[in-house]
Amino acid sequence: MESIEAYRETVVNAVAGGQRLVALFGTPEDADRTRLLAILANDERGELGATSTFVRDRYPSLTPECPAAHSFEREIAEQCAILPEGHPWMKPLRRHLPDHRASGRCEVVLDPDVYEFFRVEGEEVHEVAVGPVHASVIEPGHFRFQVHGEQVLFLEIMLGYQHRGVEHLLETVNPARAMLVAESIAGDTVIGHAGAHCGAIEALARSRKTPHAQGIRGIALELERMANHVGDLGALSGDVAFQPAAAFFGRMRGECLNLLMTLSGNRYGRGLVRPGGVLFDLPLTMRSEMRGRLERLRDELEPVAALLFDNASVQARLEGVGTVSRAQCVEFGFVGPVARACEVARDVRQDHPYGIFRFAHIPVTTAWAGDVHARTLVRWHEVRRSLAFALEQLAALPAGAPRVSCGALRPNELVVSMEEGWRGEVAHVVITDDRGEIRRHKVIDPSFHNWSAVSLALPGNQISDFPLCNKSFNLSYAGHDL
Amino acid sequence: MFEFLRTRLQQGKRTSPFPHGSAEFPARFRGLPVLDVGHCAEQQEIPSAVVTGARGERRAIDLGACLFSPEEAVCTPAGELSYTRDHRMATSSREGLVSASGEVALAQALNARMLSMFGRSLRLRSVVAGSCGGCEAELVALGNVVFDLARFGVQFVASPRHADGLVVTGAVSRNMRVALGKTYDAMPAPRIVIAVGACAITGGPFRGSEAVGDGLSVEWPVDLYVPGCPPHPLTMLDGLLRLLNRLPPERQPVAPAPSELPGPEALAQGYP
Ligand code: SF4
Repeated sequence: MESIEAYRETVVNAVAGGQRLVALFGTPEDADRTRLLAILANDERGELGATSTFVRDRYPSLTPECPAAHSFEREIAEQCAILPEGHPWMKPLRRHLPDHRASGRCEVVLDPDVYEFFRVEGEEVHEVAVGPVHASVIEPGHFRFQVHGEQVLFLEIMLGYQHRGVEHLLETVNPARAMLVAESIAGDTVIGHAGAHCGAIEALARSRKTPHAQGIRGIALELERMANHVGDLGALSGDVAFQPAAAFFGRMRGECLNLLMTLSGNRYGRGLVRPGGVLFDLPLTMRSEMRGRLERLRDELEPVAALLFDNASVQARLEGVGTVSRAQCVEFGFVGPVARACEVARDVRQDHPYGIFRFAHIPVTTAWAGDVHARTLVRWHEVRRSLAFALEQLAALPAGAPRVSCGALRPNELVVSMEEGWRGEVAHVVITDDRGEIRRHKVIDPSFHNWSAVSLALPGNQISDFPLCNKSFNLSYAGHDL
Repeated sequence: MFEFLRTRLQQGKRTSPFPHGSAEFPARFRGLPVLDVGHCAEQQEIPSAVVTGARGERRAIDLGACLFSPEEAVCTPAGELSYTRDHRMATSSREGLVSASGEVALAQALNARMLSMFGRSLRLRSVVAGSCGGCEAELVALGNVVFDLARFGVQFVASPRHADGLVVTGAVSRNMRVALGKTYDAMPAPRIVIAVGACAITGGPFRGSEAVGDGLSVEWPVDLYVPGCPPHPLTMLDGLLRLLNRLPPERQPVAPAPSELPGPEALAQGYP
């Protein structure tokens, strides 16, 4: 426990010194005090640190000195009704009433129904508003562009349409149902979120899964990554009107999902990952069947990727569009392929290895340009490496029980559990009370870190490049909105 | 050019044989749940959203509440709930999803007037309202070369004014209520509404949260209910084709195979 001044200094100095903000959130302590908690990662040394302080209704904002705190502090204002004074952009984040407010307080800091957009004035400036109902089958979000001619000057993104009250549910429903809620945080990151959720529960219960179960979870996580990356390679091809690759990749995404269905009975891997291991085993016959299908998939993927990456007119459409700089990435704390595409080699599997990744390493893929092309390239190479990893694991899965028991949770503990989902770092922070019940369950989807990257990448681009740009990030609305 | 042709040849034709051929699912696929009354060896009092009715009352399965998780397949006081590999379960009414043992009243064709308008060409507008993104992912998959929705004349369009039907996914979050209502109002009548996924039908895993409603049917008239979390693309396709009276007459019905559930040791570990 630190004073607010010491807390601010710890966080600001740590981030200035190269550490990364994993989480920053509030949890009600008593009738009028709220505990603010910061989780910091030193990726180079593979270490995590935590610091906390008590506040009442306001405190001096960290954001002016530490931009990575921007969305976290808006979240604190909204969830806990605490004002970070001096925050430069104090607007609702998800637009809901406080659901983590100290019990004796009743104020609201941010009215969920009041949201003012930033406007650029000038004779030839016009505004374009898109969403929440989009032209195709996409999750809801509102994009407000300030445009000069064709050129985007500013993009503001208003989210919250998918807000379902996930954290509150995770803290109140029974553990079996909480597992199903965790699988529904982001429907394309079922394994990632279920893995992070179970990691936290297992740590609190001191349960150790077998290497066998770790291997199966690793295979499922990489299949999930492949499915999403391959699907997006197809969607990006479609956005630049390169139809053959769009159709082929679209079909092969389905094959990755079907592999997950063979394993778990569901195309997105629901029902597989559970506290203590996995529900479904991977018998020998299934392993060899999956190996055969993966080898065939690899042989079919390679020529299609070659079509895409050897085509000069496709390359020209992807290069130099939607650039995120390395400096922006470090300053705002972006994660996953977005970070790796601007030469920031962040990857939980490498930096904070867990489960199977302590024994089997997947080389980290990076590119340097930070544009749509770099993100596309990074994702293609990740597909190849995940596929090779899955093949290897299927051949060398250690024997053991799929699931071990997971006893009662330890009281008064805090656990940080992280997974490298396909979009980047999925983090769950769980705090128990003195009876071992879950008191706070904080979920941070990688999209939470990365949505600002979309706003930063757009200015200077043509507005018509927005769909392409957006797809190269393909962030989750549900994961952000919770 | 040569490379294109070679890749095209290698990729081959991949369109699903459905609806003219059979739909194949892996052994663990969890489709239509069934309730085997009185079969359960040890009767545990396990609360289940799927099996409704307290001890002593008439029990029923509610497919609209089912999340198709392995854990929902348990011995309840009413009997043993298990899954089959049957993907067909879309219905025309909310009551059709509720049954004593799992035999659903599969969706009926639209009336003659609607069929003459939409039977060979149906344009849909998608509204996502408080989902996890999973149901939309399967809606998008309907458009790929395997399921190829367009071969049945069904298409997603950009404007509600160009649409004949609304496909809703998600538990109707508070923040999407207005946009959903406006989209519905903007569609010309007659129009149909399709609720896809447990969320849109009952709130799904988010049921009871203050941020969402209890599904679509509370406020909007629904013409097709497609259960699942998320529904398999073939479950959606089956429902749509039933609605449009486009499904070829069924051959000799075969009893669907049971789906393979996790080993008892794995299930028994339970939750802390
Ligand atoms: S029904 Fe399931 S898959 Fe569909 S939106 Fe709801 S939670 Fe996601």
